[in-house]
Amino acid sequence: MAEPILALKNVTKHFGENTVLDDIDLSVHQGEVIVIVGPSGCGKSTLLRCVNALEPIQGGEIYLNDEKIDIKSKKLANLRQKIGMVFQSYELFPHLTVLENIVLAPTKVQKRKKEEVQQEALALLGRVGLLGKEGSYARQLSGGQKQRVAIVRALCMHPEILLFDEVTAALDPEMVREVLDVMLNLAAQGRTMIIVTHEMQFAKAVADRIIFLDGGKVLEDTKPEVFFEAPKTERARQFLSMFEFNVVKSQVEKVSS
Amino acid sequence: MLDLGLEVLSKGNNMLRLLGGLWVALKISLLSVGISIALGILLGALMTWKNPVTKAILRVYLEFIRIMPQLVLLFLVYFGTTKAFGWDLTGEMAAIIVFVLWGTAEMSDLVRGALISIPRHQYESSEALGLTREQIYFYIIIPQALRRLIPLSINLITRMIKTTSLILMIGVVEILKVAQQIIEANRMSSPNAAFGIYLTVFILYFIACWPISMIAKHLERKWR
Repeated sequence: MAEPILALKNVTKHFGENTVLDDIDLSVHQGEVIVIVGPSGCGKSTLLRCVNALEPIQGGEIYLNDEKIDIKSKKLANLRQKIGMVFQSYELFPHLTVLENIVLAPTKVQKRKKEEVQQEALALLGRVGLLGKEGSYARQLSGGQKQRVAIVRALCMHPEILLFDEVTAALDPEMVREVLDVMLNLAAQGRTMIIVTHEMQFAKAVADRIIFLDGGKVLEDTKPEVFFEAPKTERARQFLSMFEFNVVKSQVEKVSS
Repeated sequence: MLDLGLEVLSKGNNMLRLLGGLWVALKISLLSVGISIALGILLGALMTWKNPVTKAILRVYLEFIRIMPQLVLLFLVYFGTTKAFGWDLTGEMAAIIVFVLWGTAEMSDLVRGALISIPRHQYESSEALGLTREQIYFYIIIPQALRRLIPLSINLITRMIKTTSLILMIGVVEILKVAQQIIEANRMSSPNAAFGIYLTVFILYFIACWPISMIAKHLERKWR
């Protein structure tokens, strides 16, 4: 198998006394879509934040293409350009237009030509169905639109890997779909992605591999068919059962009749 | 017709004297505002630091200045320092010192508020895009902080202009003092001058401050 793009080796992370990530090993290969699921507080968001060095780790190492990601390194900004991240709360810059939001980092960080980046930005906005919104401000957009802009902003940096941190968790149900569709498209293009989500149907559809995280440990690392049909651990079975609803109505009727 | 005593304005160069008085008030307030903004931004940025000693010192300074009535501060600096240290400050100088002390304190608190009101996520999403620390401040944080700051600081500027009316108490001949002098001088010939002259003072203050609050309103709407 080829060398992984991203490799986590024995990564450990504490918040004070709490161990949030406990000896995590994970490698991600070119074109792979990895979906991380698990109960709240299991460390899945923290894991993404550590990959991008938004959180310091207390043990282990993270490599992007054999380059170590170190929060103190001078080359950190350089490495971060290769990692695109999309947050739950969009985090567009409110004082800039949609187009300025997208163009800022490519022109200031990568020193690319403004015209070229703008053209690319407009093409990408077209692909996510937002052409015509380039002059708008974030406050004029819906949640789903903001999140699609945030995805385009990350894409325009030409990242080698994309991280999605519960990007639909703050959205109204009808907007979830438009964002997930964009992500499905990206997966179909062969993008390398790590996705943290609570949308199990989506996870099943998009993932090459599912990572089940609980208590800061990787309990399962397997194909989605296996994970959803026949999870190995009791914790995963319990977790998945939370997304199922037993039909209670017929039982009520039975009792009353 | 009701006698408002407005004819006093056209006597001699009374109107010009009033305008001269307004200029003294504006000169003192604008000088103080300029210095206060510069120092306030500096101290405000310092207040967001984690160093507990700087924080405590700045906090005490801010609270002290806020609690003291401006008039007491003026007396303390103008009369107090003469007695205690033998400093011979002019009234204008003392006024500028007091207004800078006051303006800097209030401004620093506004700057601190504007800086900490920028959500942590704005820093994080900029970092995630690979922006350096300097770029984050220059392109993301400072522009947003300024937008929050300008309407608030304009409010402070108009308050400072208005409060200059107190400095007649330390012998500075500003607009209000000129008005009193004119009224005194015409007590016999135009006993009603008080109304007309103070009305004029009121209008002049209004003309000086109104455009400034209009700018604030405009910016607030534009940057909402």
